[in-house]
Amino acid sequence: MSLANLDAGRMAHHRRRKAVNAVALALALGAMAFGVFWLIWILLETVRLGLGGLALSVFTEMTPPPQAETGGLANAIFGSLMMVTLATLIGTPIGIMAGVYLAEYGKDNLLGRVTRFLNDILLSAPSIVIGLFIYATVVARSKTFSGFAGVLALALIVIPVVINTTQNMLNLIPNALREAAYALGTPKWKVISAITLKSVRAGVLTGILLAVARISGETAPLLFTALSNQFWTSNLGEPMASLPVTIFKFAMSPYENWQKLAWAGVFLITMGVLLLNVAARVFLRNKH
Amino acid sequence: MDTRVNTNTPERAKIAVRDLNFYYGGFHALKRINLELPEKKVTAFIGPSGCGKSTLLRTFNRMFELYPEQRAEGEILLDGENILNNKLDVSLIRAKVGMVFQKPTPFPMSIYDNIAFGVKLFESLSRVEMDERVEWALKKAALWNEVKDKLDQSGSGLSGGQQQRLCIARGIAIKPEVLLLDEPCSALDPISTGKIEELIQELKSDYTVVIVTHNMQQAARCSDYTAYMYLGDLIEFGPTSELFTKPKRKDTEDYITGRFG
Repeated sequence: MSLANLDAGRMAHHRRRKAVNAVALALALGAMAFGVFWLIWILLETVRLGLGGLALSVFTEMTPPPQAETGGLANAIFGSLMMVTLATLIGTPIGIMAGVYLAEYGKDNLLGRVTRFLNDILLSAPSIVIGLFIYATVVARSKTFSGFAGVLALALIVIPVVINTTQNMLNLIPNALREAAYALGTPKWKVISAITLKSVRAGVLTGILLAVARISGETAPLLFTALSNQFWTSNLGEPMASLPVTIFKFAMSPYENWQKLAWAGVFLITMGVLLLNVAARVFLRNKH
Repeated sequence: MDTRVNTNTPERAKIAVRDLNFYYGGFHALKRINLELPEKKVTAFIGPSGCGKSTLLRTFNRMFELYPEQRAEGEILLDGENILNNKLDVSLIRAKVGMVFQKPTPFPMSIYDNIAFGVKLFESLSRVEMDERVEWALKKAALWNEVKDKLDQSGSGLSGGQQQRLCIARGIAIKPEVLLLDEPCSALDPISTGKIEELIQELKSDYTVVIVTHNMQQAARCSDYTAYMYLGDLIEFGPTSELFTKPKRKDTEDYITGRFG
């Protein structure tokens, strides 16, 4: 082949490659624009309708009866904060320890493989299934809806998320770091607690924050467990109000004051989740 | 037990390897190795990739035990005591036999704590004693002047060469008797490499140093004895000056003259 031919061939190839690149880029941008469009619309609607209903009374007054003049979400906000906090406090240590087991002890043994498999199933289980499970095992037996049952249901959602993050983060640690720690004569528990777990703390914290963000908006597992409560309660043995269930109830109602409060609740949850996500990103960035 | 090294090495043997066989699962990686490493000297292991030099090094502190499919048979005598004997506590062996790896591996903590971490495993020192030990180890590793004002900063903020010296300091802080270096300069630039080589020269007055290297010039520059390995066999072992100038085996000569490998 002559040099001229070779050159012409290269140019044709180059043009084709540029065309393919332009098409691929256009498709990718289109897909992104499509996603961002809805996301921004959701945020704008939330802010527009949510800010309208937002007032100090939202934080100070209880959920009102239909068509009442005043009322707020104080009991629902408190119930959500309490149940999410407790579920995180229960789920996080269990999740971290199980994740450590899977990454550091159970890499190849039967228990590790079975646990990993079950955890993957639990991770993708619809949250309504978890709600019904707690209903059948706790609520039906204790014959009452309770905040405690809600906490358990939420904890069951937190655990697989934290297990998975912990495990994946630990698997990313180069074996050289573990070997270096062992080479000093460090016992295994100390290698894990002082070296490997410490190296992944930003990642694990991110996983926890994402789990918190996820359960803050879960409605289905609370509908069958904590139910709701018109009044302020910190008693875990009683039904307990929460933001998602209250929103569910109020948004579907024909009463204007309820609908307004539902939007205020949506706004609060959205901002909370947004803040948690931003916090998670900041933690991850600080790691590097 | 006789721990004197054979004819061409008049020094006392710190580590004596007797009929050592090593297996990765079904793969026979080291074949009946017999070797005596003289005390307070630098011994270099050279040979092409996969010849077993790192594998041999990793038997000296039982590092291979982390991986269940790896096993060693035979004897490795440290001061006459067989360290492959399972009754010996592996932590105590590793306190005597330190190791530095190919890639620098600072722990996720401050420079000070990187050094103190290992010391705390074996000794309860007062704050003052620990300060002294950290300073001593960093000086020994020729790093003190570069880090003395930022001991509380993270070890991962140092340059690659500094990190590697930090790892050496961490290793010597627990006062081992043997220092194993597994290609310690392969990830470093020439200036850092030069510093580490100088350091090795100084370390041998106190420690028995074993270094695995891909770089034959490095072996020639900084070792007293050299072992040439090939496909799991120890081909030749002797004083570095002799092995590089008049090798006894044709294979060794081919390798060091670059005709092969």
